[in-house]
Amino acid sequence: MRLDRSLRILLMAGTCWAGAALAAPPLGLPPVPVPEGNPITPEKVKLGERLFHEKRFSADGSVSCATCHKPELAFTDGLPVAEGIRKQKGTRNTPTVVNAAFYTSQFWDGRRPSLEEQAKDPFVNPIEHGLESHGPILEVVRTDPQYRAQFRRVFGVTPDEITIDHVVQAIAAFERTVISGDSPFDRYLYGGDKTALSESAIRGLKVFRTKGRCVDCHKIEQTSATFTDNDFHNLGVGFKRIAPRLHEIVARFREARARGADLDESVLTEAEVSELGRFAVTGRISDLGRFKTPTLRNVAVTAPYMHDGSLKTLEEVVEFYDKGGEANDFLDGGIRPLKLTEQEKRDLVEFLRSLTSPRFARAARAQGASGADAVRTAQAR
Amino acid sequence: MSVEKITRRSFLKRAGAVAAAAAAPVSLVEIAWGRSDARNFTFAYISDSHLTQIKGTKFVSNFDRGLKRAIAEVNFMSPKPDFVVFGGDLAQLGKRAEIDHGLELMSALRAPVKWVVGEHDFYLDMGEYWAEKVAPLHYSFDHKGVHFVVLNSILTYEDWIRKWSTPEERMLAMARLDNPQGSPFMVGDAQIRWLRKDLAGVSSDTPVVVLSHSPLYKVFKPWNFWTDDAEKVQAELKRFRKVTVIHGHVHQVLYNQIGNISFYAMMSTAWPWPYPVSYVQVPNAVPKLTVFMNRADPHSERDGTGWGWLDLDSGRAAMHYELWENRPRTVRFDPKTGRPVDTVYQDPDKRIPPQMHY
Repeated sequence: MRLDRSLRILLMAGTCWAGAALAAPPLGLPPVPVPEGNPITPEKVKLGERLFHEKRFSADGSVSCATCHKPELAFTDGLPVAEGIRKQKGTRNTPTVVNAAFYTSQFWDGRRPSLEEQAKDPFVNPIEHGLESHGPILEVVRTDPQYRAQFRRVFGVTPDEITIDHVVQAIAAFERTVISGDSPFDRYLYGGDKTALSESAIRGLKVFRTKGRCVDCHKIEQTSATFTDNDFHNLGVGFKRIAPRLHEIVARFREARARGADLDESVLTEAEVSELGRFAVTGRISDLGRFKTPTLRNVAVTAPYMHDGSLKTLEEVVEFYDKGGEANDFLDGGIRPLKLTEQEKRDLVEFLRSLTSPRFARAARAQGASGADAVRTAQAR
Repeated sequence: MSVEKITRRSFLKRAGAVAAAAAAPVSLVEIAWGRSDARNFTFAYISDSHLTQIKGTKFVSNFDRGLKRAIAEVNFMSPKPDFVVFGGDLAQLGKRAEIDHGLELMSALRAPVKWVVGEHDFYLDMGEYWAEKVAPLHYSFDHKGVHFVVLNSILTYEDWIRKWSTPEERMLAMARLDNPQGSPFMVGDAQIRWLRKDLAGVSSDTPVVVLSHSPLYKVFKPWNFWTDDAEKVQAELKRFRKVTVIHGHVHQVLYNQIGNISFYAMMSTAWPWPYPVSYVQVPNAVPKLTVFMNRADPHSERDGTGWGWLDLDSGRAAMHYELWENRPRTVRFDPKTGRPVDTVYQDPDKRIPPQMHY
């Protein structure tokens, strides 16, 4: 498969990660959290990237992780909700893999605690890869000669010893290299380059930190910014769809859980369960309609927005927050009308655009040129 | 190594079991106390909504939202609570419009309500409308072997009441926070005589739960977290083996043990205490304090507010605090130490260290 050249450069830079010492993270990012049991090695990353693109890990050989997490689209798919095997539509917007390493839980409702655990689910979800079990995956990696060699080199295991945990560890290691900083915002705030942002974006940063109240959840810290508080909030997005029949839906959901229904499957196949958000994971009533704060890095190239992809543009997003979200009984205490001026809204959008890292800005520009040619151009650069 | 046959079902079931264990809904402790039938039950507690009329049918939306949220969440409790206690201060300035508005919102609850009067409900008309429309100012009832007493603990000295030239002035004086011209709360001798008569027929082994608005002990006089004749009231309760007092008024998590009595406070749904200047674009509707204090998160109008529910098992209470912008907490009577104990944070090792915010 063809690799975006800058991604290739990143991977080559990754080969400098020998042993315990990791290279300094890109400007504006904290060090990537790496679990003790799954250190990053260049070989593991290469293996993980191959697995990420492996279409044989699906029921009809058409879907890989990269099907929805397209590297050329900042690891998203540009769709409101994901479309998996046989073009089945899911219920949630595909989150970007870029900087997902900084989340303390994965998925919009945080139902998995790590990249490793997250990777196990889509394979066996009927809407995504459509496999009945992880069996076919193990079949492939245990019989394919290249995989056999790679797994032996990376984990020191014989083919029969390869487990799904090895597979997802490699994928997670690759994902931990899919990080990006060094955006114009980073150069302005952390790099000391006061010319890195336009006047409008500088005003927008001020709105972001004050009147817009954005920074309270989309965090900016002293020396780095992940733009997430790793917490869950109810903005009311999509809540109208279930509000009139909320009691019925919750009762049905609780019943299904008591009977042992699968959370991952029901969340992505039943739109109504999906809207329950974090409640479906914790069972806590006050978690109704809460979803994880996503990072805003590269937000300009990861449209559409919100957990259901219902907001198409950054302007729409700003309008949504300005009006105080969608009223509902469980609305987050921090969401309220902002009374932004038109200028402030424009400035805020300008600021959000400045969060795009150079690699994705280039890819987006190439995309803007024209379809497939543009993608190839981006790859060739 | 044998091939581990992980089917999708078994994998997800395992994951589901983990998730189900992590999902902790209402806990009901099934312990029978000294009798053949189990007498444990759960009731919810909402308090201090402080609904404030702006004009006509327009009310301060922040406080409306807080109460509506508590009501919505109580209605999702599973299993359902036996009843819901409202801890007082339904209205802010005791207006009929405010009390009516509160009754309307509370009518959405799918469980019966036991009402406790607060000073903000009382001092405009000395409780006349409350007694007419809502509930008696003090009363008692029995439920599954527990004797409940509802007291009007926000009365005060007659000469302070007579001092004001209009009811509105009187109400505003009592509503004012940090008020140097305030007057301490009390239950009063007449009510204490009623209490004595009411308890006369109750055996000392019967668990007693007292519901009042203000704490039936002396916490902090400048804020009227205070009952002037607390000792007299406590004396009436002294002979009972298991006594629990649950109150509102303080707008914070607060609990205590004095002699044989366990005290638990409930949050407000409207605003926490102390509270910071709220970071808003519109004028702050929270009443003026003489000194603003930083404690709750100024970003979220719901931080430091919430509701709760209580499990009564073996006649002892476990108070579950539903804190909206925080993790839920349970304060439970600990038989070993003989007092309420926070089940998570009491342990010094588990305490959250003070944090510096920039």
